[in-house]
Amino acid sequence: MDNFTYDRAGSVEDAARAGAGGAAIAAGTTELINWMRLGIAAPEAVVDISGLDLRGIARDGDVLLVGALATLNEVGTSDLVRADAPVLAQAALKAASAQLRNRATLGGNVLQRTRCPYFRVEAANEARVPWPCNKRVAGTGCAALDQPFSRAAILGWTQDCVATQPSDPVVALAALDAVAEVQGPDGAREIAMTEFHLSQEEGGLDEETRLAPGEVILGYRIPVDAASRGSAYLKVRERESYEYAMVSAAVCLDHADGAIRSARVALGSVAQKPWRLSRAEAALEGAALDEATVQAAMDAAMEEARPLPGQEWKPRLAANAAARAVMMAGGAI
Amino acid sequence: MTVEAKVRDVHHVDVGVNRLIVTPDGAAVDLPATGIGSTERRHDGDDKVTGAAKYAGEELPSGTLHGVMVTSPVARGSIASIDTAAALAAPGVVRVITPDDMPDLGAASVPPAAQSYMPMADLTVRYEGQPVAIVLAETLEQAEAGAALVDVRIDARDPVVFETAETVVPETEGNGYVLGALDPARGDFEAGFAGAAATVDQVYVAPTRHHNMMEPSATLAEWRGGELHMHDSTQWTYGVRYALSGMLGMEPGQIHVRCPFTGGGFGAKGYVWPHQVLAAVAARDVRRPVKIALTRAQCYTDTGYQPVVRSRVALGADADGKLVAVAHDTESVSSQFDDYIEFGNAGTRSLYPTPNLALTTRIRKADVGTPTAMRAPHEGPGMFALESAMDELSYELGMDPLELRLANYAEVDPANEKPFSSNRLREAYAEGARRIGWADRPMEVRARREGSRLIGTGMASAIMSTFRFAAAARVCLTADGAVRVEAGTQEIGTGTRTIFPQIAAERLGIDAEGIEMVLGRTGLPETGGTFGSSSTISVGSAVAGAADTLRNRIAGLAGGTVPPRDQWPDLLRRNGVSELVGEGGFQLPGDAPFDAHGCAGDHSMHTWGAVFVEMEVDEALGLARMRRCVACYSAGRILNPVTARSQMIGGIIWGYGRVMLEESAMDPRYGRYLSQNLSGVHLPVNADIPQDIDVAFIEEHDPYASAIGVRGIGELGEVGVAAAIANGIHHATGRRARELPIKFEALMS
Repeated sequence: MDNFTYDRAGSVEDAARAGAGGAAIAAGTTELINWMRLGIAAPEAVVDISGLDLRGIARDGDVLLVGALATLNEVGTSDLVRADAPVLAQAALKAASAQLRNRATLGGNVLQRTRCPYFRVEAANEARVPWPCNKRVAGTGCAALDQPFSRAAILGWTQDCVATQPSDPVVALAALDAVAEVQGPDGAREIAMTEFHLSQEEGGLDEETRLAPGEVILGYRIPVDAASRGSAYLKVRERESYEYAMVSAAVCLDHADGAIRSARVALGSVAQKPWRLSRAEAALEGAALDEATVQAAMDAAMEEARPLPGQEWKPRLAANAAARAVMMAGGAI
Repeated sequence: MTVEAKVRDVHHVDVGVNRLIVTPDGAAVDLPATGIGSTERRHDGDDKVTGAAKYAGEELPSGTLHGVMVTSPVARGSIASIDTAAALAAPGVVRVITPDDMPDLGAASVPPAAQSYMPMADLTVRYEGQPVAIVLAETLEQAEAGAALVDVRIDARDPVVFETAETVVPETEGNGYVLGALDPARGDFEAGFAGAAATVDQVYVAPTRHHNMMEPSATLAEWRGGELHMHDSTQWTYGVRYALSGMLGMEPGQIHVRCPFTGGGFGAKGYVWPHQVLAAVAARDVRRPVKIALTRAQCYTDTGYQPVVRSRVALGADADGKLVAVAHDTESVSSQFDDYIEFGNAGTRSLYPTPNLALTTRIRKADVGTPTAMRAPHEGPGMFALESAMDELSYELGMDPLELRLANYAEVDPANEKPFSSNRLREAYAEGARRIGWADRPMEVRARREGSRLIGTGMASAIMSTFRFAAAARVCLTADGAVRVEAGTQEIGTGTRTIFPQIAAERLGIDAEGIEMVLGRTGLPETGGTFGSSSTISVGSAVAGAADTLRNRIAGLAGGTVPPRDQWPDLLRRNGVSELVGEGGFQLPGDAPFDAHGCAGDHSMHTWGAVFVEMEVDEALGLARMRRCVACYSAGRILNPVTARSQMIGGIIWGYGRVMLEESAMDPRYGRYLSQNLSGVHLPVNADIPQDIDVAFIEEHDPYASAIGVRGIGELGEVGVAAAIANGIHHATGRRARELPIKFEALMS
C-alpha cells in the first residue's frame, strides 16, 4: 500500500474534477481499501465524498429516489424502499455483513469489482502477481479460464476474462429498470442500470462500466409500478450470510388471477453485468403463474449460457433460481 | 449499562444445563452449585470481551522493530537474486535480512519444530509463501512498504502437487510424526471381503483446510544479556523454548517464552514455525526487539494446514451386519522435506472389531509446506470416510444405521484387545437416539418433504485418541490467605484459567472464586502443549496433585486436620511461613513425556460420541442446511458443563464447516492456494448454525486416564459431524456425497 493524499470534496464538482485527474473517489471505502491492500489499486490521491448531501431516500410522483450515499442498511430498512421496491431492500440486506452495510453505500456498491480469486490475489506489486490475470497485469491472460472456478461467468465472457459482477443491488436495480444519475466534469447525464455495466464482450478488458473518469453517481431514479411493488430477490449461496451469490435473481412481477401481466427478471453473478432475461420476460407476458410454465421459460432463457467445463450445472442453477424468484414474487412461496 | 454489566448479562443464556450431564440410564444429573461439575463462568471472560486480556501481538517494548516477511510467490524454484537497495532507501527501513545474512542454525528437532526445512537457510524455494527476506522498519506500515520494494528474482519450476505426486510409504525411522503402525493388518481381508453378504468399496476425500484462527500468529523476540525473551502466540510455551534452543545453539534455560493468552490456534500454533526462529535471528542481528505478526495471507502458507486425505474404505459384513472385512487406505499430502502423516485410519483401528483388517497409510510429497495437526487431526478427516461407508453398508444390508453400529460394538479395543479405561459409547448412542427421535426415522430415503425441501436424518459415531503429556504444577497459599495455581500451560480459549482453579478448589475444599491462575510462560512448572485435548488430563492431574500436597502441608502445620479457610492466614503467621507451596506432577508409564491412547499402559484410552443431525436439502438450488444436531459423548468426567458444552458446539460448527463450506483449494498449475483470506475461504457464520444444538455427556469417571476422572474433549467435538451430515443428506435425497465440501452440483436435481 503506497502513500496517498486524502481530501474531502466540498462539492460534486470538486469530486468530479479530482476524479478526472486520477483521484480515487471514496464513499464507504469498504471496497477501495480492499483494492489498496491487495495491490489492485494504488491511487496517489483519494477524494472523500461521504460528506456530500447525497444520502436521502424519497418518493417523487411515480419515481423512488435513492441517494448514492445511502448506506445498504439504510436502503434495506427504508419503509419507502420496502414498499415500492422490495427487491432492492432485500438485495441490500443480503449483501455483505451488518457492519459493512453500515458503511457501504449504494453508489459505491455498484462499482465493486469481481471476486474472482485470481484477480483478488494479494500481491504488493505486479512482479508478485503469481498467475495470469488480464485485469491485474494487462496481456498476461486469464488463469481462471480453464479451471473449475465455480464463480466464473456463464454469459458475456471472452477468452480474456471470465469475471462476474458480484453486487446484489445491481441485480435489483437492473430488474427495476432503475436509472443512475451521474455528474462528471462535463455535466450531468443518466445511465440505465441495465446498461451501466458491460460484459467482456461489450467492454473488452478495459471497460467494466459506462461511467467515465470523474463521473460521480448522485443517485438512482427507480420507476414505481405494480411490478416493482411486487418484486423479490433470491440469493443462492453456500453460506447463509456474509457471502457473495453463486447466482442471484431479481424479479419484478405484475400478476392477477394466476396470470402474469408483466415480468422483469435479472440474474446476478452470471456475467460481468446483471443479465436481464428478455426472452423469458416476453414468454411470460400473459402466461400462467405456475411453476412448470415459469421453469420452462427460464430453462429456455438459459440455452444461451456458455458455462466453462466443469460448470455445466451453473446455468441450471441460474434457471432454477430465476424460476423460484418469480414464484416468490408471485406470493406462491 | 456499563460494559461489564452488559458482559455479565450475556452469561444468562439458557444452554439447557439441566440436560448437559445424564446418567448411563438417561436420567438428568443435578449439577452442583459450586466446584467441579458446576457451571462456573469463565474467570477471564470479561477480560477477553472487554479487550483487557493482552495478546502477544499487542506487546511493543520501546525500540521494537516491525518485521515483515517477503515471501515467494511461486511454489518451486531457486532464488536468483535479491535486490534490497530500494527497500533500504525507503523511509523507516532499518535492515533487510536475506539468506546471505542468515547465521548457521542447528538442525530443527521435529517436533517441537513444525518442519525440518528452515527457509532462508539456502536459496531454494520449496513452497509458495516461503519467507525469502525480512524487512525491519520502525513502523509496521514502513516495513510493509519496504517489503513491497524488495526485488526478488526466482527461477521458477513447475510444482508438484497432491494430484501429480506419486504415492509413497512415509519414512518412520526418526520421524517425529509417527503415532502408530502404518499398516496394521490381521486375518485375511480379501477372503473376508469375498465372503461377505454385503459390501461397500468407495473413495472419500476430505480436502486441505487451514486453521483460520482468529489471532494470526505473532511473535516478539527480545535479547537481554545473552538470553532470549519471546512474547509469542503459541499453544506450547516449552515447545518454543526447546525448538529455539536446538536451532540457536543455546541452553533451554536461556530462552524465556511468555504467552498469557492465545487467540485460538486449532493446531497452527502447536509447533514452532520459521517466523518464530526468524524473529529471534533478526532481533539478535539488529540488537533490538523484533516483532513479526503474520498477515492473514501468511496464515495460509507459514503455519501449516490439515492435509487433504483421500480414503479408500472397503467394508464387508455378514447377513447380521457383523463386519467380516475392513480395509481403509489413506493418502495425505506432505512436504518434500518432512513425512507428516495424517493417520486417517486412526479411528478405524479402534472403533469396530473385525477378524479381517487391512489398513495402509501413505503420503504424497508435494511442493508445499509441512502439514500440521488441525482439529481434529487423524480421526477428523478419516472418520468422515469410515462413518460414511458404514452408512452405505447399512443401506446395502437394509439395516438401520444405528443397529449396524450396535451390532459391531467393541467391548475391548480391537486394535490390541486391551480393556478401555472407560467407555460409555453405548449409552451415548441411546441418549442421542432418544433425543433426536431416531426410533421414528423411516429407513427409506426421500421420505420426508416440506415444500421445496427434502428432510433427512443421519448419524455417525465419533472416536478420538486420548493424548497425554507429563506435566507439573504448583499451588501456593500466600500469607494473606490467597491461593494461586501455577503451571506453564496455555489458555487458547478453552477455559483453562477457569477449570484449573476449580480443580484446586475441590481438592482444597474451598471456593474457586478468587483463586489466581498463573500460566503461559516457561519458568512455571513444565507442561506439554495445549493440543490433542491433553491439557485438562495432564495439567489438571498435576494441579490436583499439587493441591493435595498443599492441603497435606496445611494439615501438617495445623497438627493433622485442615482448619476452615478463614483460619489459614493465621495458621501461616503463627508458624512463621510467608508462603506455603504444594508441588504436583502427572507422570506417564515409564516416565514417558507423551502417550497416545494409553499405548504404554494396560488400558486403551479413547473418547467417543454419537452425532445425529437433521438436514434439509433444496435440490433445485443445490443447498443443504442443518436443522438440528444432537450429540452425546463419552469423554470421562466433565469438570465444567458449560465450558465443555462450548467446546462441543464449537466442534460441531467446525465439523459443519468441514462438510459444507471449507476447502483450501489449490490451483495445481501454480501450487498456490486460490484464496488466502477469509473472504475467499468460507467458514460457517451464525446464520448457518441452528440454535438447536443439543449436547450431552454421559456421567462417567475414568479411573485410569488421569488423576481426576477426565479424558479430553476438545478434538472430539469435530469428529463424526461430517459423516452424520453427509448421511443425513443421503437420507433426505438418496445422494451420496463422498467429496468434501459438499457442493451445489452434488445436491442438484
